[in-house]
Amino acid sequence: MGASDGGEVRSTCPYCGVGCGVRIAHAAGQITGVTGDEKHPANFGKLCSKGLALPRTLSKSTRLLHPQVRPSRGAAAGRVTWDAALDHVADKFARCIADHGPDSVAFYISGQLLTEDYYVFNKLAKGLIGTNNVDTNSRLCMSSAVAGYKATLGADAPPACYDDLDHAACYFIAGSNMAFAHPVLYRRLEESRARRPGTKLVVVDPRRTDTAADADLHLPIAPGTDVALFNAMLHVLLGERRIDRDYIDLCTEGFAALEREVEPCTPEWAAAICEVPAADIVQAARWFADGPTLSLYCQGLNQSSHGTDKNAALVNLHLATGQIGRPGAGPFSLTGQPNAMGGREVGGMANLLSAHRDLSNPEHRAEVARLWGLDSVPAKRGKTAVELFDALAEGSVRCVWIACTNPAQSMPDQALVRAALERAEMVVLQDCYGDIETARFADVLLPASTWGEKDGTVTNSERRISRVRPVIAAPGEARADWEIASDFARRLGPRLGRDATKLFPYVKAADVFAEHCESTRGRDLDITGLSYALLDARGPQQWPFPEGATQGRERLYADGRFPTATGRARFHVASYQPTAESPTAEHPMRLTTGRLRDQWHGMSRTGRAAALFNHEPEPRLSVNPRDLEERGLDDGDLVRVSGPRGAILLRAQASTEVRPGDLFLPMHWGGRFLAGGGINALTTRAVDPFSFQPELKHAIAQVERATLPHALLALGSVADPDLALAALAPLLDRFDYASCGLAGSDTAAVVLRAASAEAIDPALLAEIDAIFGFTLERGALSSFEDPGSGVSRIARKLGVRLAAVRLLGDSTGADWLLELVTGGRSIANLGYQLLAPTAQAPGGGTSRGRILCTCLDVAESQVVAGIAAGQDLGQLQASLKCGTGCGSCVPALKRLCAARTAEAIAA
Amino acid sequence: MKQKPRLVVIGHGMAAARTLEHLMAIAPGRHDITVIGAEPLPGYNRILLSPVLAGELGKEELKLQDSDWYAQHGIRLRLGRKAVAIARGPRSVKLDDGEHVPYDKLLLATGSRPIRLPIEGANLEGVVTYRDLADTEAMIAASARHKHAVVIGGGLLGLEAANGLKSRGMEVDVVHLMPWVMERQLDREAASVVQRRLEARGIRFHLGYETLSVEGVDGHATAVAVRPRDTQEPVRLAADLVVMAVGIRPDTALAEAAGLRADRGIVVDDTLQTYDPRIYAVGECVRHRGTSYGLVQPLYDMAKVCATHLAGVGSHYYAGSVTSTHLKVTGIDVFSAGDFADSPRRQSQVLHDAANGVYRRLVIEDDRLVGGVLVGDSAGSGRYSELIRSKASIARMRRELMFLR
Repeated sequence: MGASDGGEVRSTCPYCGVGCGVRIAHAAGQITGVTGDEKHPANFGKLCSKGLALPRTLSKSTRLLHPQVRPSRGAAAGRVTWDAALDHVADKFARCIADHGPDSVAFYISGQLLTEDYYVFNKLAKGLIGTNNVDTNSRLCMSSAVAGYKATLGADAPPACYDDLDHAACYFIAGSNMAFAHPVLYRRLEESRARRPGTKLVVVDPRRTDTAADADLHLPIAPGTDVALFNAMLHVLLGERRIDRDYIDLCTEGFAALEREVEPCTPEWAAAICEVPAADIVQAARWFADGPTLSLYCQGLNQSSHGTDKNAALVNLHLATGQIGRPGAGPFSLTGQPNAMGGREVGGMANLLSAHRDLSNPEHRAEVARLWGLDSVPAKRGKTAVELFDALAEGSVRCVWIACTNPAQSMPDQALVRAALERAEMVVLQDCYGDIETARFADVLLPASTWGEKDGTVTNSERRISRVRPVIAAPGEARADWEIASDFARRLGPRLGRDATKLFPYVKAADVFAEHCESTRGRDLDITGLSYALLDARGPQQWPFPEGATQGRERLYADGRFPTATGRARFHVASYQPTAESPTAEHPMRLTTGRLRDQWHGMSRTGRAAALFNHEPEPRLSVNPRDLEERGLDDGDLVRVSGPRGAILLRAQASTEVRPGDLFLPMHWGGRFLAGGGINALTTRAVDPFSFQPELKHAIAQVERATLPHALLALGSVADPDLALAALAPLLDRFDYASCGLAGSDTAAVVLRAASAEAIDPALLAEIDAIFGFTLERGALSSFEDPGSGVSRIARKLGVRLAAVRLLGDSTGADWLLELVTGGRSIANLGYQLLAPTAQAPGGGTSRGRILCTCLDVAESQVVAGIAAGQDLGQLQASLKCGTGCGSCVPALKRLCAARTAEAIAA
Repeated sequence: MKQKPRLVVIGHGMAAARTLEHLMAIAPGRHDITVIGAEPLPGYNRILLSPVLAGELGKEELKLQDSDWYAQHGIRLRLGRKAVAIARGPRSVKLDDGEHVPYDKLLLATGSRPIRLPIEGANLEGVVTYRDLADTEAMIAASARHKHAVVIGGGLLGLEAANGLKSRGMEVDVVHLMPWVMERQLDREAASVVQRRLEARGIRFHLGYETLSVEGVDGHATAVAVRPRDTQEPVRLAADLVVMAVGIRPDTALAEAAGLRADRGIVVDDTLQTYDPRIYAVGECVRHRGTSYGLVQPLYDMAKVCATHLAGVGSHYYAGSVTSTHLKVTGIDVFSAGDFADSPRRQSQVLHDAANGVYRRLVIEDDRLVGGVLVGDSAGSGRYSELIRSKASIARMRRELMFLR
């Protein structure tokens, strides 16, 4: 536990797989600031907008503080003791196991858990209960990358490292908006390119993302056609003799079959499938072959019904050109979660065993049983995420324990997922927050401690294990995840007729880590040389790090030997196959999903920091202007996006970033923020046959106008924004369209945007008024009502400041009203003109509009004005300070500057 | 040279003055004009009596025209002289000093008289009405000597009297028979804004109270007995000064004695002509299309039309006024126009800004603005009056209508 009188503690950021080191300042039991750890090799002091905003996400008001049990579904959960909660769950699980066998229960856990948490959950399921029904949200994230690595290189181990960014001559980014999703690594890439002119950046992405806009060559392929592209690139390399025959002969096997496969895959053939020029495919292949080439890839390859093929087809290119195992070269999977890697290391998935052992391998099973002091561990593959919820829906799995993840937001095909949770006999939710989408389905809620409170380790994308350290005490009765699982295991053991005290003897996190380290002895990821003491003394270390080693291995496979039976890497023969769904007359468009710059996953953390909403304030569907025009739609219109599984309503955004015929939705908006269950109401549960990862990146859809004349916009600063959002969430589905969020920076505002076909129910309006404080202090209210035209505008003042506004029927002026609320400017001289429905603020003053730079709070309008005045990027950074914090907005700044230059040349 | 037609004007208030101004603008020198005025002063701006009462203006600032304006235009003034009869046959006006003033055309602008309640004690010393400069001066004098004032009547004049007396240091009670003040100009909500502002200055209100009597000692008022409607218990309010501001009555005595048609006002047609083609009438003394007006704007409207007909170029017709009033009630900006009674076909836009003492209501019928009440901020009042008068469609400006400036 950190000293309570203040100071600074080194830890690791809880967001993406880059695994940046942070220094957490604290005082009087509160976290007071977060800065990048300049000593951490993942980030050398840098942080992205999300990491820098961590102190703003630590709202305590919606934390789970005590165990709670819900007497019946829909009823309020009541507080119970830990003993009562865990005994209650143990009774139910034991009964279920006795009556229906161990596979009738399941655990659905998370890549955000620490390695120690994962280890104990995995042992609880596989060791104590005897089921492999333990899977994680990594299934939605990295499992195709794992399967791709294993199919080709033989092990789930990213061979490259971050240092390769400084040595690559060609960066080949596929299916990753790295500028948004892994910003700190992308900064390193940008700096490296700036230092080394002549390096090439190739980006493969259907969308012209910030990353793609930076590229020397952008291949905006049709969604899901990556294998056709990669095979055609190999075809080009073969034809131009740019492959490395020596490497192929010495270090690989199976190339002949692949040669036959790609023989017909001409650039022209692929051009027709991928919808990009054949010449660009040739160019990409040549740059790739010149190397050294570092491929960087993420969910665009993974979240696919052919994700394993996509991953492996890209690895094929590296093997065929020998672009692996040397500085600047290699297929580098960028991990989405902070500890998806660590989770797989302990084997915490339905098809894995500890320390990268195979479930199907009897020797591996025997090893694990021996390590745990058991006779055996189960052989039958457990339910992977999508299968698990299918099984809950059909009743073969009856009890599920969910920890540190939010399937009612993140799983595809939400209608089915929610039906599954409703059907379940018992849903246990172990989380730090009580307001996430899954909470309302939970019969038992267990309060977990979270980042800043927890002790343990995580592994990042480059196999580097870092310490996560506690800084402040967990609130209420919250406990560490591994502790809860361990306590439960010791209670469940006797009910199953087993003594679990020996299996779960852990007193502290370090005990769990020590056992995990021992389990890796002799494996590819051997870390028997690591301990908390070593990590504390010498900082983060890469694996492998066997006993006696003095440092981990920077790059894998430098010797050309692979962890396969023959020691050779295997070429994987994959032929192009289309997406699970192809457009139809009814659903003629392709919906893709991805990330926003300032939000992370289901927003259960970032959704609490107002500043992180300013870049993209509300859920919007990106539509190519051509498709908008065909439908008679304008930018900003409300639309209904429908697909085979459901429909949601939201605002359309004209965007030339998406190809005609494609749509894009940010993945983050769940039912807490968007009516209709969030965006996963639309996604498909079609999975990859090897990795079982669902195709979250692609679904077919149609877009049409939503005519909702009764519009509502409420915004205001409230005492506790987090509680206000929690109160709003259950009201969203009572509108046809509704989204809520935060805005502002130091003064946070809660914002609700809603619209319905029918007049808004006055009772619903009253509930919303109560949340925004319109029912209090009537004397402080100003109002304008025109019932005849359905217009109503109410403002609540706090002294000379505007505290809240509610607009019905017409939301003109929302921008400047929001800025008055969040900017704190005096409204004393505005009088009732405050209520005027004008686009410009009365009495002058322009609306700042979209915030581009979250760290320094700089608006796009300020940047545009600077550029118009002749400023270049450097001058903008000097005068406005934009892009000088985390740097995540630099690609956008460059794009704006370039657009201005292009205009000037054209003129 | 042919003699100019003789125009005689009886009354020298704002209606007469405004008609003459228009006439001089259209046809200067066309008439030989004589003005007969009972008050010893040239026409003054009655609207400004309240600021004078409140001590915000001196009485010299009331003048409508410099005295030499009349001289310049060759207009004879007979001030402090009262017309006592009109002989329509010989076409002459008899004055109180016996003089006969012959006319070819006669303009009646005799105005109105304040109503004095027919109650016990109504004629005691210290009981005044509020109509002219003399009343104002009497109140100013009383406020210097006395402490307690009761204003009977919560109309515009009553409130202005109350406010004036309050600012001259008196304790003021307002007794009003109706449930809210200024009920002709304001809806209940607007009235309550006005009332709250006045209450904040220390004026007490007794709404829904009828006045029973004025009590006195030695011939001077000392108290007013009032009683809430529907109850039996009278309440006595101390009063050294009692101001009756309960309404006005068109002054038709002279016209009626001359046999002109009158019906709660001298009846005129759309050219402001009475039943005698040589005689016109304007202002508060007239009844036009069944309506008499007590506000300044209709009087100005009449003056404008009447002047054209007197000038012999009459092409305008007076079709009645949209009663619009824009005034400072005791420093509170108040505007009231048109018709704002509720009806099923009507829709209202309402704006409340309690912290700033603002209430605004606009009444819309069939996409036309038909009425409005603005309190605390009368921005846009000119355009609202015009929209009500013109009956133009507001369909395309409905969104911004309330926020016009």
